[in-house]
Amino acid sequence: MTAPPRRRIDQLGALLSAVATAALLLLPFVVFKANRIVPGDPHGLLEVLPRWGATACLGTLAFAGVVALTARGARLRLAAALLGVLAVALAVAAAANALTPPGDKVVRVAPGGAFWLLLACLLLLATDAITRMRPGPALRVLLLALFLVIAGAALAHGTFDNLSVMREYAVNAARFAREVRQHLYLALGSLGAAVIVALPIGILCHRVPRLRSAILGALNLVETIPAIALFGILMAPLGALAAALPRAGELGISGIGAAPAAVALFLYALLPIVANTVVGLKRVSRAAVEAARGMGMTPWQVLRRIELVLALPVILTGIRVVLVQNIGMVTIAALIGGGGLGTFVFQGIGQTAIDLVLLGAIPIVVLAFSAAVLLDALVEVMDRAKA
Amino acid sequence: MLVRLAALALLLAFLLFPQSFAPLFAPLTQYGAPPIYDQGNLLQLALAQLTTVCIAAAASTLVAVGLGILVTRPEGAQFLPLSRSLVNVGQTFPPVAVLAVTVPLVGFGEKPTLIALFAYGLLPIFENTVTGLRSCPPEVLEAANGMGMSARERLLSVELPLALPLIFEGIRLSLVINVGTATIGSTVAAKGLGEVIIAGLLSNNTAFILQGGLVTGLMAVLLYEALAALERRFSRAVQLD
Amino acid sequence: MIRIEDLSKQYDATTVVDHVSFSVERNSITVIVGTSGSGKSTLLRMINRLVEPSSGRVLLEGSDTRGEPAHLLRRRIGYVIQGNGLFPHRTVTENIATVPRLLKWDESRIRARVEELLHVFQLDPATYAQAFPHQLSGGQQQRVGVARALAAEPAVLLMDEPFGALDPIIRAKAQEDLLDIQRRFGTTIVLVTHDMDEAFRLGDRVAVMSQGRLLQYDHPATLLTHPADPFVSRMTGVADRAMKLLSLTTAGEAALPGGAAQGPSVPASASLREVLSELLWQGATCAVVLNEDGTPRGQLTVAAILARGRP
Repeated sequence: MTAPPRRRIDQLGALLSAVATAALLLLPFVVFKANRIVPGDPHGLLEVLPRWGATACLGTLAFAGVVALTARGARLRLAAALLGVLAVALAVAAAANALTPPGDKVVRVAPGGAFWLLLACLLLLATDAITRMRPGPALRVLLLALFLVIAGAALAHGTFDNLSVMREYAVNAARFAREVRQHLYLALGSLGAAVIVALPIGILCHRVPRLRSAILGALNLVETIPAIALFGILMAPLGALAAALPRAGELGISGIGAAPAAVALFLYALLPIVANTVVGLKRVSRAAVEAARGMGMTPWQVLRRIELVLALPVILTGIRVVLVQNIGMVTIAALIGGGGLGTFVFQGIGQTAIDLVLLGAIPIVVLAFSAAVLLDALVEVMDRAKA
Repeated sequence: MLVRLAALALLLAFLLFPQSFAPLFAPLTQYGAPPIYDQGNLLQLALAQLTTVCIAAAASTLVAVGLGILVTRPEGAQFLPLSRSLVNVGQTFPPVAVLAVTVPLVGFGEKPTLIALFAYGLLPIFENTVTGLRSCPPEVLEAANGMGMSARERLLSVELPLALPLIFEGIRLSLVINVGTATIGSTVAAKGLGEVIIAGLLSNNTAFILQGGLVTGLMAVLLYEALAALERRFSRAVQLD
Repeated sequence: MIRIEDLSKQYDATTVVDHVSFSVERNSITVIVGTSGSGKSTLLRMINRLVEPSSGRVLLEGSDTRGEPAHLLRRRIGYVIQGNGLFPHRTVTENIATVPRLLKWDESRIRARVEELLHVFQLDPATYAQAFPHQLSGGQQQRVGVARALAAEPAVLLMDEPFGALDPIIRAKAQEDLLDIQRRFGTTIVLVTHDMDEAFRLGDRVAVMSQGRLLQYDHPATLLTHPADPFVSRMTGVADRAMKLLSLTTAGEAALPGGAAQGPSVPASASLREVLSELLWQGATCAVVLNEDGTPRGQLTVAAILARGRP
């Protein structure tokens, strides 16, 4: 005779609700700055929104809080969290609109601590709900795509135009597109080159164990050199190369700019891919390889059709690590003139303009996160196909 | 072993008597620029960087191990799936971005670097703590319970000691990665070897860049090896199969 | 000594242990036997509250086991499991000393006790005291597991398939050793197994469980002669029940005084089954039963033995 499970308050929900409520009460929702440079005046949620707006927003948040505390269904929790995110996003956009005199291009309305904490709590709630749902790879990619489309649409539509970050974007619009492209070229280009070189090296290391420790050791050494140092170190030889061979200069190889960054990223990418290739090949069952050879496949065919295919999930994991790592490291390339979203980050640091920093940092995080989700889904699909 | 001692000797020699290495670096400079970094004491910078890394590591360890213990207890089990997701997500945040967003909050200098290194160092340690605690053989736990150990006694006498090798591995990894990452802290005026590198970038002085980069790399490698030796010395023979 | 009163355990809708009651006498060995899923392990673990009963209670020496915190209760009860669960990061000595340390015995007493146990379990202290579990063979690990359970001189020892992982020769020796230990320390033992032969060899009383219910709790002989349920006779085996019955009595117990002292001699400790086997082998009809010191105890005829082989 067991009693039915009593309704207990969800601890995570309680924690997040407490933090969110404290944030709303103690921290500013938006910060109003007369121009870019002066420090800002804090404003609370209730101050800046019209009565109905504040009520709608707080009501949605309260609903999300109640759901977080009591509801058990993952889908309901996810829906409530996303509604909350929507409400908070619209509220901050509305606040920006409310505080900006029409036609004014100088004032800056930035999201305040309360906004960030609320967003964080709601996203944590959503993440928890998604994790509990244990979605398959396809669903995860779908959720990501949905989120990106909706966010992209809202940004394109101009909902957030009066928000400080978007103001910075407006000033730097053309450059932004260029830097995003540059960022992706560098990240993906160096990855591509690395895969082409690292895969054969990995296969070699697997086949010839004696080479393994030497090569892995050397690559490990490369990893310990901090990124800015490696970027910088490569500048001299590349500069010399460009000076010696005019053709090289035309190809884009030079001592400054993207070239040293690309080479450094390429070098950093080698270790994870080589290491994962070796591990992946090691884990291929000997029995499968024996059977294939017994069937009359040539070694090349065995490699291509059996070993690499079975090792693919592990190799792809290495590629995923590199891609996410690269997207982060390209940020530093900005220091040597390599372009990319890092230019905004470092400019923002230099000018103490957080909005500029965010203009660079947020897309970087979104790119890295999306890459991770996409590649993880790909790895899982490959793994399932095998199992 | 000999190689490591030689490397350590070389590093110390360079940090203590940098000018004696001048002839080595002279060919890398142009227009008579100083071959050895002279805008600050290299030894002090190296130590400052190491200090920052160690403080951040200590904080990361405390928090990450604490959280790791929490989510493996029955009371905290509901937080486990979420913490796993957060770890995955957290690994996609480039440390530079973390650094960049903390500066406006806490200003320039050591603080944002400490925060960024702390946040970035949590993940390997937390992940390894959870894995280590969860891979305790079930019959060992059953025996410990059956003998009358309270949950706390079991945690301290059995689970943590068995998880320690893995936790230590996480701490080691986190420390070594952070030594390299800390160089970026110099872009926000933290004291460290990064400023040597940046000075080199700004004045096109490859010698400076090399000095900063190699010293950091060498420190990272030596730290890694030293911690490995420490772990070997202190761990008892734990064969779990 | 231990009284189990109407003990039940449910997980959601499934009843794993169904209103089981029986008593275990002091200084005896009770074996709980059943197939997998019969609830025998769950029942055992309700005695030391590793599993909390859904209903019913356990009385240990007259007092309810729920009267104190579970982990304190368990320090008074020895517990041995299949796989041992020896702490891999502790030496043999440290493993054995675990509960005495929890009970805050003083060091000299702990040391003496560990040494005593190592001798009793035939593990040379010089070689094994500082060894780690992974350096021991399977049989040695099992002995350390039992030693550890007995370290704090518990009145009760619970064992869950303790010999399951041992190969047959070592298992027989381990069972012998257990009987010796029980005689030596006077511990009350409750042992769970799926092996009926083991139950017969070790148990003063045997409890047969099936699907959570206790079918019969009796001396082993009674299970053979008066099975309470067809399942019990299936478990004990119908094919050679007579031989099983004979194996439960020793020559010393069944010997008749006097008679012509001619025929092969057998020790008093041999079972009737072994005596019958020897008589068949030698083609004799009568055996002389000898005490340990060689003096004659009595005689046993084939007819007398055969009479013992039926209810």
